[in-house]
Amino acid sequence: MIKLENIHRNFQVGDQTVHALNDITLTINDGEYLSVMGPSGSGKSTLLNLLGLLDQPSSGKYFLNGNDVTELSEDMQASTRNKNIGFVFQVFHLIPRLTAAENIELPLVLAGIDEKIRKQRVSHALESMNLIERAEHKPPQLSGGQRQRVAIARATIMQPSVLLADEPTGNLDQKAGLNVIETLEQLNQHGITLIIVTHDETLGARSTRSIRMLDGRIESDNIASWTG
Amino acid sequence: MLLLRDAVRFSWHALTANTVRTFLMLLAMSIGVGSVVILTALGEGARNYITNEFSSLGTNLVIVIPGRSETSGGDPATMLGVTERDLTLNDALALTRHPQVQRIAPLNIGGAEISWQGRKREVSIQGTSAEFLKLRHWEMSQGKFLPDTDWQRPKSVCVIGINIRNEIFGAHAALGKWLRIGDRRFRVIGILASEGQSLGIDVSDSVIIPVASAQSLFNVPSLFRIFVEVKTREAIPKVMAFIKNTLRDRHQGEEDVTVITQDAVLATFDRILTALTYAVGGIAAISLAVAGILIMNVMLVTVSQRTSEIGLLKSLGASGKAILKLILIEAVLLSSLGAAFGFALGQAGSWVIRYAFPVLPAYPPTWAMVASLLVALITGILFSLLPAKKAARLNPVDALMRR
Repeated sequence: MIKLENIHRNFQVGDQTVHALNDITLTINDGEYLSVMGPSGSGKSTLLNLLGLLDQPSSGKYFLNGNDVTELSEDMQASTRNKNIGFVFQVFHLIPRLTAAENIELPLVLAGIDEKIRKQRVSHALESMNLIERAEHKPPQLSGGQRQRVAIARATIMQPSVLLADEPTGNLDQKAGLNVIETLEQLNQHGITLIIVTHDETLGARSTRSIRMLDGRIESDNIASWTG
Repeated sequence: MLLLRDAVRFSWHALTANTVRTFLMLLAMSIGVGSVVILTALGEGARNYITNEFSSLGTNLVIVIPGRSETSGGDPATMLGVTERDLTLNDALALTRHPQVQRIAPLNIGGAEISWQGRKREVSIQGTSAEFLKLRHWEMSQGKFLPDTDWQRPKSVCVIGINIRNEIFGAHAALGKWLRIGDRRFRVIGILASEGQSLGIDVSDSVIIPVASAQSLFNVPSLFRIFVEVKTREAIPKVMAFIKNTLRDRHQGEEDVTVITQDAVLATFDRILTALTYAVGGIAAISLAVAGILIMNVMLVTVSQRTSEIGLLKSLGASGKAILKLILIEAVLLSSLGAAFGFALGQAGSWVIRYAFPVLPAYPPTWAMVASLLVALITGILFSLLPAKKAARLNPVDALMRR
């Protein structure tokens, strides 16, 4: 469970202080499917970075599964990120010199998990993402949709409780985008908390809960009726 | 925690993916290490060369040289323009009287043309006595050395080096043949087995004749050197004093000879050349430092080129420490590879020098090899600390945004 209490995040730009996040209080339950929408500069990416522990709030508290993660040391935050949070980026962020399998393996390597177990889990992930034949291909040899599926496999290989996706379909054509979204939704159905930042209204409409942000504040928080 | 094995593998991937950068860094590092190894090998080679040169003269040697190496202002002899007295055979004979003197040999040196059945060569002729063989630790290959007779009496016999034997006599037997030296003829009574250089003369290229014969051949009454071998090392100072006193008495109270011990000469050369080796080693070490700075620059470029990768690793849960580890391992891999290549380069270079100049034993000293490898590693690590720390401190949000 994610709980934000009175989160502020200020940036200093010249002599001006920009309130990227202004008094955000938000609770996200396990297994929710949440979309964060809003115009550029509304603070949605800052919110996502903060949820992913890539950024620290200027003030306020962040509880992840009941623990106050704002108090953790840098090392502990890294370790929390490794175990509990998966990121999916608009630009995929795959390492071009590594194969698809090696890219997926990275979080396991960083966690210091034994090589045998790593291979098993990677091949399992490749299978569930339909990427078996692409395992030894490097990112430049993959299509956009395949790259994003590799990125999703990498984000979920540690079986995190939260999956954060920042415009996951932004660099994909419609068909590949839909495939990626369906993949993410499938993961959500298996229990992962899915938080998607997007401009895309149709994408936002698919989620069970939609947050609209404006000028660092949550403008609306709609829980859609579950239509299945 | 990131396992060391995986970190090394990851860094190795990063190195091999960017071959141009890796090649340039390896080149810089190996030139640095290689030049240290080669230059110190040269210095050490020069030192060994000089040391061998002098130690091949013999052991516990005292050498008497005509002339004084110091001048005193008030000497009336210098005022009158009188040159020092020559060193004569009688001087040498007078020195044999000391009980601590093991053996003594006069030496005269000159150049002359030798010929036999139309084959001619210009060689250096050494005029000396029978004792010279043992004094110089030479070995005979055939026949006998000069006979142990009165130094004052010329005798038309000669002993030749192995090269002379081959070049002048070829397939013919040399022993017993009459060799023309200048305008005289000498019978070959022995052939030296020894080789190698000493006093700038190759033993195998020498012709040795009795000292009196050399004096009349070159028409000089004086000696070039007197070699005195002392029975024990401890007796050397006593014998030196005896030589000085005896020769002063014989030269009307004037100290006009220089008496040196081979140890003193050796020690001086050894000191000078060791210092020289350190100096060239130090100069070469500068290139290592330059290589270190290059590594720092390239690692800095690497860090900024791979900023988004570092941001990604952080988002995947890499701690600052893990990033530091990855970048440092990359630097260590680079510098140790560079050092290894440089070491091979240095060894190859030294081999080429030894091949091109066989007289120069250009083997790099162990300290220089160890030091250059260590310096390479340490500069590699030290100079990549700054870029690695920079990488570890990168803000993941900013790092990910940069493409």
